[in-house]
Amino acid sequence: MKEIVIISGKGGSGKTSILSAFASLAENKVLCDADVDAADLHLIMDPQVKERHDFKSGHTAIINQDRCVQCGMCRDLCKWDAISEDFVVDSIDCEGCGVCYYFCPEKAIDFPLNTCGEWYISDTRFGPMVHARLYIAEENSGKLVALIRERGKKLAEEKGLDLLLTDGPPGIGCPVIASLGGASAVLIVAEPTVSGRHDMERVVDLAEFFKIPAMVCINKFDLNPEEGEAIEAFSRERNVSVLGRIPFDLGFTEAMVQGKNIVEFDSHSKGCKAVQDIWANLAQSL
Amino acid sequence: MIISVASGKGGTGKTTVATNLALSLGPDVDVQVLDCDVEEPNSSLFIRPSIEEVKTITTPVPKVDMERCSLCGKCGEICQFKAIVVVGEKVLTFPELCHSCGGCIEVCPEEAISETERELGTIKKGHRNGLEFIQGELRVGEAMAPPMIKRVREYTRPESITIIDAPPGTSCPVIASMKGADFVLLVTEPTPFGLHDLKLALGAVKVLGIPCGLVINRSGIGNNDVEKYAREEGVPLLLEIPLDRRFAEAYSRGDMIVEQFPDWKERFRDLYNKIIELSSSED
Repeated sequence: MKEIVIISGKGGSGKTSILSAFASLAENKVLCDADVDAADLHLIMDPQVKERHDFKSGHTAIINQDRCVQCGMCRDLCKWDAISEDFVVDSIDCEGCGVCYYFCPEKAIDFPLNTCGEWYISDTRFGPMVHARLYIAEENSGKLVALIRERGKKLAEEKGLDLLLTDGPPGIGCPVIASLGGASAVLIVAEPTVSGRHDMERVVDLAEFFKIPAMVCINKFDLNPEEGEAIEAFSRERNVSVLGRIPFDLGFTEAMVQGKNIVEFDSHSKGCKAVQDIWANLAQSL
Repeated sequence: MIISVASGKGGTGKTTVATNLALSLGPDVDVQVLDCDVEEPNSSLFIRPSIEEVKTITTPVPKVDMERCSLCGKCGEICQFKAIVVVGEKVLTFPELCHSCGGCIEVCPEEAISETERELGTIKKGHRNGLEFIQGELRVGEAMAPPMIKRVREYTRPESITIIDAPPGTSCPVIASMKGADFVLLVTEPTPFGLHDLKLALGAVKVLGIPCGLVINRSGIGNNDVEKYAREEGVPLLLEIPLDRRFAEAYSRGDMIVEQFPDWKERFRDLYNKIIELSSSED
């Protein structure tokens, strides 16, 4: 089984629009939305949820005021300044390290497991999909990303499908790292701007750091062809295959408003044509 | 005065708004920009400051002295992050998983554990005329953004107007970039993705209890649902930046709206005045 993870470094470069178009073009696949922090793929895929599961991960300290003698040991030990002068834990600041819980001489601190999100297995008009929702202001997004990719692979195996198409998160930190391990390749969607180039260069470094083969396509190419060409030159230098250029096409936004991908919205548009070419190149490289 | 510029969705224009807002306030106002999007910091590409200081930022991780270690296993027991574990006659440490809580050092009965360091990244400090600029840049391969963001925020000067360029999303790095701010400026685009992620971002702002306002970028694309939602939620719409190919092209080159289109300087100053009004009426 192969897994392609779409990442970009910079947010808003078009990852989800492009992946949702691939959903029309690829066969025998499972879709996976690994941008659990701000998941958007479901807005196009309109998933019918078949299974819903809690995502439990990490702990938070809670001080039991009846037993607390206010000795101050927890406040001295806490590296996050999460415990107030009147011995209440700020659950947002609490890192879940458990040091206060372990050392409290009165055993006055509870340390329950958090439910910090949920994940789903769904059906869509394009086939099965795994996706998730991290609750607001929660931690452990990397673990949730790893979990749903794992479930996506399992689901593909059960259904005899041979491709996992994963929509990755922006950035280069914990959730992105969690979306890379074991992937067959990453497709980087780059934007031809100074910031888009800066961010894609860091993502190329990241893919190389974790030894994942990388490919690139450039969205809104005609916005700044010079920057676009600079990205292509950089990619070739770093052995990143350049799969194609997508022109600036408002059809992507109009499709999104209708809950469609660009293939469904207007299969004759320039944007659609470009995505089809990129998909053909990608499929060939698999 | 701390203004955090955030959004759920990436690429909606946080950096555009943060940098243009900062620059519009002009040379005679004490302004600093903290780029807390440490995974992909971009504001320096627009502000183009002269960098005066580059500092490597580290976090403490454990180092075990095997001469002293009695293999009791307490370090592995207390560690919630599987960053230290006793296996047979060895103690394995996984520095990249360590959250620097100090638990293993505290619990070790043999005093066999001391601190060494893991590099988180760098902080750059510089100026452009009167504007102070601070940027955190996470090392490629480093997973943990929040400790880096906290270190960037230590540069906050209370007497200054501090504008924070926050990362996208709604989880820990975003919270680390918004907590303690006086005002959160949410930036979105009027599309279904923009609306969906705005709802999430607004949820995070509400958890923190910070007054907020909205900037709609690329207005003209998509539909009116964002505006409608903001009205229903009582989030004031403070500025609309139209979809204009000239803005997009200026952005692509790293040029600032307030410099290329001088009438926009006044609009960003207006935005600042509205923020001041809203944050003082909350007090």
